[in-house]
Amino acid sequence: MAFGAPLSSTDTMPIVSPGFTGRRQSPDVQLPPGQYLAEDFPVLTAGPTPRVSTDRWQFTINTEAGQRYDWSWQQLIELPAEKITTDIHCVTKWSKLGTRWKGVSLDVLLEDVETAADFALVQSYGGYTTNLPLEDLIDGQAWIAYRYDGEELTPEHGGPARLLVPHLYFWKSAKWVRGIQLLLEDEPGFWESAGYHDYGDPWREQRYQGD
Amino acid sequence: MTASARSLVFDVPGWPGHLPGQHVDVRLTAEDGYSVQRSYSISSAPDGERFELTVQRVDGGEVSPYLCDVLPVGAEVELRGPVGGWFVWRATDQAPVTLVAGGSGIAPLMAMIRARAAEGSRVPFRLIYSVRTPDDVCYADELRRRAREDGGLDVHIVYTRRAPEGWPGVPGRLGLAELNTHAWPADFAPNVFVCGPTGFVETVSDVFVALGHDPRRVRTERFG
Repeated sequence: MAFGAPLSSTDTMPIVSPGFTGRRQSPDVQLPPGQYLAEDFPVLTAGPTPRVSTDRWQFTINTEAGQRYDWSWQQLIELPAEKITTDIHCVTKWSKLGTRWKGVSLDVLLEDVETAADFALVQSYGGYTTNLPLEDLIDGQAWIAYRYDGEELTPEHGGPARLLVPHLYFWKSAKWVRGIQLLLEDEPGFWESAGYHDYGDPWREQRYQGD
Repeated sequence: MTASARSLVFDVPGWPGHLPGQHVDVRLTAEDGYSVQRSYSISSAPDGERFELTVQRVDGGEVSPYLCDVLPVGAEVELRGPVGGWFVWRATDQAPVTLVAGGSGIAPLMAMIRARAAEGSRVPFRLIYSVRTPDDVCYADELRRRAREDGGLDVHIVYTRRAPEGWPGVPGRLGLAELNTHAWPADFAPNVFVCGPTGFVETVSDVFVALGHDPRRVRTERFG
């Protein structure tokens, strides 16, 4: 696999595409570089959609010291929840503005967790993983979301519950989330092992390793 | 190609080569500096510094009508890639392969079929390709020829709206019966690649799971 700099030799001067005009977004819409506005909500997954019943659903935080904290579905939805309205940015170039979610802040879930970890590996039903710094999961930046646009989150979009970390590319917002492993050292997740960026800030266009 | 798709061949000095199934990011820039990016699957087998993209025109789209109708032969385009390390077939993997394409989802699967032939691989391949009408079959002649000449490649085309004259059966959506008949059974532990519009991929991959396939062996690529 090869990733890295654009293959064109004109890194500083873009190649003008003859006859291309494109469709400008209205100037008051601010999107990260390279993104376009999607009106629908595309689905992007590496494999089949897992169906997870809320009867069996469990969310677990494991610390680097081997301590375990878990929540059943009932326990999760009884926790104080927030309504979040946010823009989301997928690495496949679409962005969607003003999406509306409901979920539990990771600040609530991590409140009593004792840890010295700097990193988190988020784990999903179906085997998907993604990594991010623990500091990106706290201070009102991340939620376990279980409602979207006023309705239950459908399996296609990660239901019954998904991670929501909207300030990073959306693959970090793991669908079908089942837990978080806290780690002292960073460990690449599924897409990160396949060449995608470890951090994934859309405003710095960190799509692939080396960006 | 078809009336609404175009194959674009690029020569890229220094191209590192790709794995069948990978895509590239294409960036177009207007004269005033406005630029957009889209991802397109590579449809050719690895071939030195040359590769092919197959672009389906989406009416009203911002990028595909330009690539299909306007981009002149010989123009330079900014590209990045190859990208993607999951939806790929490696010739070293001996497991049988089921490919399921919906519409222009054929592109990365065609790269796999062509790479298989180029490598002289004997891994058995089955392609199930869903199209609306006979006019929508990409690579129709090549697929007919390969089904005859590439030993171990089966091609089964499903027509959802209109079938050719004299076709046995009625047009309809790809369903469980068809996948059960024409795909490798779960017992053979095949690698399954499904590419197409979101709804199509959701339906097909759910069927594979219901038929007992290990979800981790069912790789999907969605668009739309």
